[in-house]
Amino acid sequence: MATNVYRLQIVNLLRKLGLSINDKDKIKPQKVSRVVGALKNETPQSRNFIRGMQTVTLIPGDGIGPEISTAVMKIFEAAKAPIQWEERNVTAIQGPGGKWMIPPDAKESMDRTKIGLKGPLKTPIAAGHPSMNLLLRKTFDLYANVRPCVSIEGYKTPYTGVNLVTIRENTEGEYSGIEHLIVDGVVQSIKLITEKASERIAEYAFEYARNNQRASVIAVHKANIMRMSDGLFLRKCREAAEKHKDVKFTEMYLDTVCLNMVQDPTQFDVLVMPNLYGDILSDLCAGLIGGLGVTPSGNIGANGVAIFESVHGTAPDIAGKDMANPTALLLSAVMMLRHMGLHGYANNIEAACFDTIRDKKVLTGDLGGNSKCSEFTEAICQRVRDME
Amino acid sequence: MYNSRQHVVTASPQKKKYSCCIPGIMAAALRGSLVTLVKGLGGPRWQQLASRHLSLSAGLCGPETPPSRADTTFKVTMIPGDGVGPELMTAVKEVFKAGDVPIEFEEFHLSEVQNMASEEKLEQVLTSMKTNKVAIKGKIHAPMEYKGELASYEMKLRRKLDLFANVVHVNSLPGYSTRHNNLDLVIIREQTEGEYSALEHESVTGVIECLKIITRDKSRRIAKFAFDYATKKGRNKVTAVHKANIMKLGDGLFLQSCAEVAQLYPKIKYENIIIDNCCMQLVQNPYQFDVLVMPNLYGNIIDNLAAGLVGGAGVVPGESFSAEYAVFETGARHPFAQAVGRNIANPTAMLLSAANMLRHLNLEFHSQMVSDAVKRVIKQGKVRTRDLGGYSTTGDFVHAVVGNLRHRPIH
Repeated sequence: MATNVYRLQIVNLLRKLGLSINDKDKIKPQKVSRVVGALKNETPQSRNFIRGMQTVTLIPGDGIGPEISTAVMKIFEAAKAPIQWEERNVTAIQGPGGKWMIPPDAKESMDRTKIGLKGPLKTPIAAGHPSMNLLLRKTFDLYANVRPCVSIEGYKTPYTGVNLVTIRENTEGEYSGIEHLIVDGVVQSIKLITEKASERIAEYAFEYARNNQRASVIAVHKANIMRMSDGLFLRKCREAAEKHKDVKFTEMYLDTVCLNMVQDPTQFDVLVMPNLYGDILSDLCAGLIGGLGVTPSGNIGANGVAIFESVHGTAPDIAGKDMANPTALLLSAVMMLRHMGLHGYANNIEAACFDTIRDKKVLTGDLGGNSKCSEFTEAICQRVRDME
Repeated sequence: MYNSRQHVVTASPQKKKYSCCIPGIMAAALRGSLVTLVKGLGGPRWQQLASRHLSLSAGLCGPETPPSRADTTFKVTMIPGDGVGPELMTAVKEVFKAGDVPIEFEEFHLSEVQNMASEEKLEQVLTSMKTNKVAIKGKIHAPMEYKGELASYEMKLRRKLDLFANVVHVNSLPGYSTRHNNLDLVIIREQTEGEYSALEHESVTGVIECLKIITRDKSRRIAKFAFDYATKKGRNKVTAVHKANIMKLGDGLFLQSCAEVAQLYPKIKYENIIIDNCCMQLVQNPYQFDVLVMPNLYGNIIDNLAAGLVGGAGVVPGESFSAEYAVFETGARHPFAQAVGRNIANPTAMLLSAANMLRHLNLEFHSQMVSDAVKRVIKQGKVRTRDLGGYSTTGDFVHAVVGNLRHRPIH
């Protein structure tokens, strides 16, 4: 055990230097895994190590959340991933002064572990508080939403060979929430674009491309119409591109991207864009590979915080019936492992998941099978165990 | 007068056959009804039809005599725009010429990138539009460099003419197979306000505010337009696309306006969908949609997305309407500048749009002739431009369309 702790310390040290080693102690330079934000932003990470374990805050969520979280935990256990879960429930509570916030124990846990995995959260209609996702986003300043969309072999959609990543600015833009009723019947909504946020997201996109062996970054904009705001965003992307000459940079109009996306999505690699466009395009891309049930998502925040989540709904109609599909959350957890530099485990779990789907023997209802969530989970666990 | 009309009728072989077959009183009665039919159709158009037939038979033995069209020519404003626009217009002109379409174009080259745009020129276009009411237009490219002017000429034109409704009918072309076949949906987009209001300012250095304006009047107007369109074209469902869960006031107002207008049309089903989900559904199961109505920016996105589903920007026609004017253009508006001068642009969209324009001008016969010819060429699949996976040039395609104009069975 002592050697293990020692090894992890080295791993951590190497990570700070921008390097990583996989679980077999071989340095694999092509798997440089600093998925997190720019290196210069790096703050000393104070992760909890208990017997070589890294702690991750788990927010199971509502509806089918607990079921799929259990499934992910089981698969991680089968893979012997060095992850320890710290379960926290998140509901909106009103703090002093009437400000909505998340429970302090959840915040404290996240601040400590820096890494979170989250199931779907429901926002009660007319509850009077902002959506839970918005609250989390604000609390931890989650500025970048990353969604890799990769075609899953065996799950048939009209599109094949999709392999792209959408990176969306998540804090400002059209979703600034600033709206006024000027006179009755006339509403103005303000889209806010700031230099700082644009720079941050552009920088992150290039870092991500570089760290994940992606060849090109495309800035998606509408600067021909919104000449100042999108113009600023675009300018910041161009500046970031100047600093990262090894990554190819192109800029494209939002409408052109949409047009080409549905005709030939394989031409795209990393896409970076402001909030609204990102919202639309990330869901569009999810549609290309089969919907939100199979699309992972990660949110990168300031101070090294990252929350990985499944972006589908809580599906209250099938909650507790052992019918849910844990794929999205599992793939998000895989993203999390990569983010933490645990590439070996990530690859094993991902392969097991894809193999199970390709095999088509044990699939949940939404994937076209008739197995239960627990059976699907067990099938993946079995494959993970067989890999060793 | 009576005699000459009757002569026109008997010139059409099929109708002649009718009056021959049915004897006695029946024939007289039928002739009577035919005459009223002819009268009902209106003079000039019927003469157009007739002259078409005659010139066709004359064409077999000698050079065509141009049909007299002095009192029946329609003037249409033409704005070729940038990129491949002028090439597409040439295609339209060639096809119209070959088909003896009684249209005269008034051309205006308005281009921001070629420094050919000015307020003066815009005024000329507007004056021309005031008399013609109808225009055919390519995309006027809006350069994204900010030079103190926030609104592009494309937007200025739209706003000056108050072209509030953009209609794109996305229809799969028989014979060209894509991932989603037999698609038939209509996208109606508000295009005078919303994000395209050109109101932007830098409140403090490094912070830019861009205003999106939604008004009840314009929202209700577009909603009414959508429901009227659905009623007229016999469609069953109108879906409003929005993001009211985030933009609670702005998109909320749009959504509320749509819902209010929907109350007045009980026969048409009304639904709403959030924009991101709509995009996802469009690539997964586009058949669930019928008529979609939405604010400006979402319309831009969905127009292009849907055009992509059936074959791209080169095959989907579009049109914009105000209370007074109609502008015909391509469904997905792109200058396609990388194809300029290479003779590779696909004129299908512009030709179909031109055919729609003819229908708008009540030139039903010519409209049908042009659109049939284009569709036949696509269906045959022998002549295809690059975007549809072929190797033909724009010229080849136009040539094929012209060739097919002749094959229309004569009724």
